[in-house]
Amino acid sequence: MKENTSEQNKGLTGWIDKRLPVFTFINHNLRDYPTPKNLNYFWNFGSLAGITLVIMIVTGILLAMQYTADTELAFDSVERIMRDVNNGWLLRYIHMNGASMFFIIVFIHIFRGLYYGSYKYPREILWMLGVVILLLMMATAFMGYVLPWGQMSFWGATVITNLFSAFPVVGDYIVTFLWGGFSVDNPTLTRFFVLHYLLPFGIVGVVALHLVALHQFGSNNPTGLDVKSEGDTIPFHPYYTVKDYLGLGVYLIVFAGLVFFAPNFLGHPDNYIPANPLQTPAHIVPEWYFLPFYAILRAVPDKLLGVLLMFAAVMVLFFLPWLDKHKVRSANFRPYYRQFYWLFILDCLVLGWVGAMPAEGVYVLISRVATAYYFGFFLIIMPFLSRFEKTTDLPSSISAAVISEKFDNKEPSSESYVK
Amino acid sequence: MSEKDLKNKKSDVAVDEDKRDFLFVTTAGLAVAGSALTVFSLIDTMNPAKDVLALSTTEVDLSPVEEGQSLTVMWRGKPIFIRHRTDSEISDASNVSVDELPHMASDESRVKNPKWLVVVGVCTHLGCVPLGQKIGDNKGEYGGWFCPCHGSHYDTSGRVRKGPAPLNLEIPPYEFVTDDIIKIG
Repeated sequence: MKENTSEQNKGLTGWIDKRLPVFTFINHNLRDYPTPKNLNYFWNFGSLAGITLVIMIVTGILLAMQYTADTELAFDSVERIMRDVNNGWLLRYIHMNGASMFFIIVFIHIFRGLYYGSYKYPREILWMLGVVILLLMMATAFMGYVLPWGQMSFWGATVITNLFSAFPVVGDYIVTFLWGGFSVDNPTLTRFFVLHYLLPFGIVGVVALHLVALHQFGSNNPTGLDVKSEGDTIPFHPYYTVKDYLGLGVYLIVFAGLVFFAPNFLGHPDNYIPANPLQTPAHIVPEWYFLPFYAILRAVPDKLLGVLLMFAAVMVLFFLPWLDKHKVRSANFRPYYRQFYWLFILDCLVLGWVGAMPAEGVYVLISRVATAYYFGFFLIIMPFLSRFEKTTDLPSSISAAVISEKFDNKEPSSESYVK
Repeated sequence: MSEKDLKNKKSDVAVDEDKRDFLFVTTAGLAVAGSALTVFSLIDTMNPAKDVLALSTTEVDLSPVEEGQSLTVMWRGKPIFIRHRTDSEISDASNVSVDELPHMASDESRVKNPKWLVVVGVCTHLGCVPLGQKIGDNKGEYGGWFCPCHGSHYDTSGRVRKGPAPLNLEIPPYEFVTDDIIKIG
C-alpha cells in the first residue's frame, strides 16, 4: 500500500504514474473515492459478489486442468478430482458451493437495489448492466452444472435446451443447433465446457463496465438522497475498506461452513449417478437458484407461454427504471411500496419453494397466484404507486438523516428519520 | 497508512494508537496467513495426483528376454531400457578405463546383475529417446544406443561416450524381486 496522493510526482511511483496513471486511478476509486457516509451492511454485497467471481474463476481454472469434457470420461474425471487430485475435493466443493454463494450474494444485491431504488435516475445503465451480469451468470451456472455429467446434469441440460423447442417453426432447428446433434451428447458437452470457461471472462468485462457506471455518480444510499455536499461523504478508504473487510470475514465463515460441513446440502444426490440417456430421474429439479423461474415456467399450462413468461421474469428487470418512476428512491420513505416490496420478497421465496415441489394439486394453484403477483408487482403496482404514492417527510440531506438517527432516540433507531 | 485520514476527521473520541496498531497487525497477519494457506492448497492441486503417484512402480518379468535381446517398459511415463547383455557386451563395458569417460562411472556401479542393464531411455542432453532397442536400429559407435536428435553415443553400459549429452543414461531405482522379476521405482 503506497502513500500516494493523486498529485504526487516523486520517486518511481510518480514516474510511472505520470506515464501510466494506475496509482491515481487506484487512489480515486479505492481510496479517496467519496462515498455516502450512511451506507449500511447491504452495501457490502457488491464487493462480495466481485470477490466471489474471482474465487470462482481461480478454482474454475484449476478444475479445468483436471477435468475431461467427454461423455465417456467426464463423470470419472470429476470423481478423480474428488479422490486423487491433491485437495481436489476442496477445489470442487468451493466451486460447487461458490456458485450457490454467488447467487445468494447477487440476489441480496438485487433486492437491495430494489428496496433503495438504486435503479432510478441516473443509475439506469448501471442497473441494466447488472441484469446482463445476472443473465450471464445464469447461463454460466447452467452449463457448469452439466459438466459433471451426472443424471441431473444430463436431464437438466435436456429440459432446459428443450425450452427453445417451444418457439414455433424454428424451435426444433434451434434445439438441434444447440445440441450439435439430435440429443444432448458429446458435442453438447464440449461446447458447454468451452462456453462455461469463456462466459465468466465476459462477466468480468461487464463487471468492469458496471463499476465505471457506478463510479460516475457514486453509490446510492439508504436515504436514497443525492450527495449534496462533501459533508455527506467519507473517503472509501479506510471507512468502507474496513467495513467490506469485516463483511468479507463473516461471509467467508458462512462459505467455509458450507464447504466443510455441508458441501452437498444445496446439490442433488442424483447427480452422483452417471448420466443415463435411457432413464429420466423420477423427480427432476434445477439448482435452487433457478427454482423461482422454474415455478413460473410450470405455472402456465401452455408450453410457449410458460417459456416466454420465464424469460420475461428476468427481462422485466431491464425495464424497472421506467416502470417505477417515483421521484423518491428509498422505500424507507414510501410506506406503500415498502409493504408491497416485502410481499414481493415473500412471493419470490414462495416461488422458490413451490418450484421444488411436484407440479400437481395445490402447488399448481400456489405457483399461479405467486406468478401473478410477481408480474403484478412490476407491471401494475409499481407504475400505480409511482403515480399516486405520497411519501413520508424526507430529511433535508444525508447528514441530516444521520444526525437525527444518532440523536433522536425516542423512535427505533433504524427508521427514526421516518416521521 | 490510515492515520492521516483519521486525524483529518473531527472526532470527540481519543484514539488509542497502540490498540489500533495491535488490531492492524493481528488482522493483517491473520489475513496473510489465511491467504498463504489457501494459495498453497490451491497450487498443490497441480502437483502429481494420487493416481499418478500410484503408477510410480512397475514390475517386469525378465524370463522371456533372451540374451542379446532388449525390452522397453514404461515407468512414470518414461521408457525404461532393459538389455539382457551378452558376455562380449559385458566385457566391452567393463574393460573401458573409467578415467577416459566424459561422465566417470564403472560398469559394476551401474548394474545389480551384470547380465541385466536397466536404464532410463531418455537422452541426458534434451530428452529424446535414443535408438538401439530394436533390431536394425543404429546402436551408435559403441554398440549401446544412439540419440538421433543431436548425435550422442552411449555404450553397452548406457554411458555417454561421444556427443553433446553431459551425463550417462540414468539408472532408475529398481530391485530384483526374484531372479527373473524386477520392480522398478
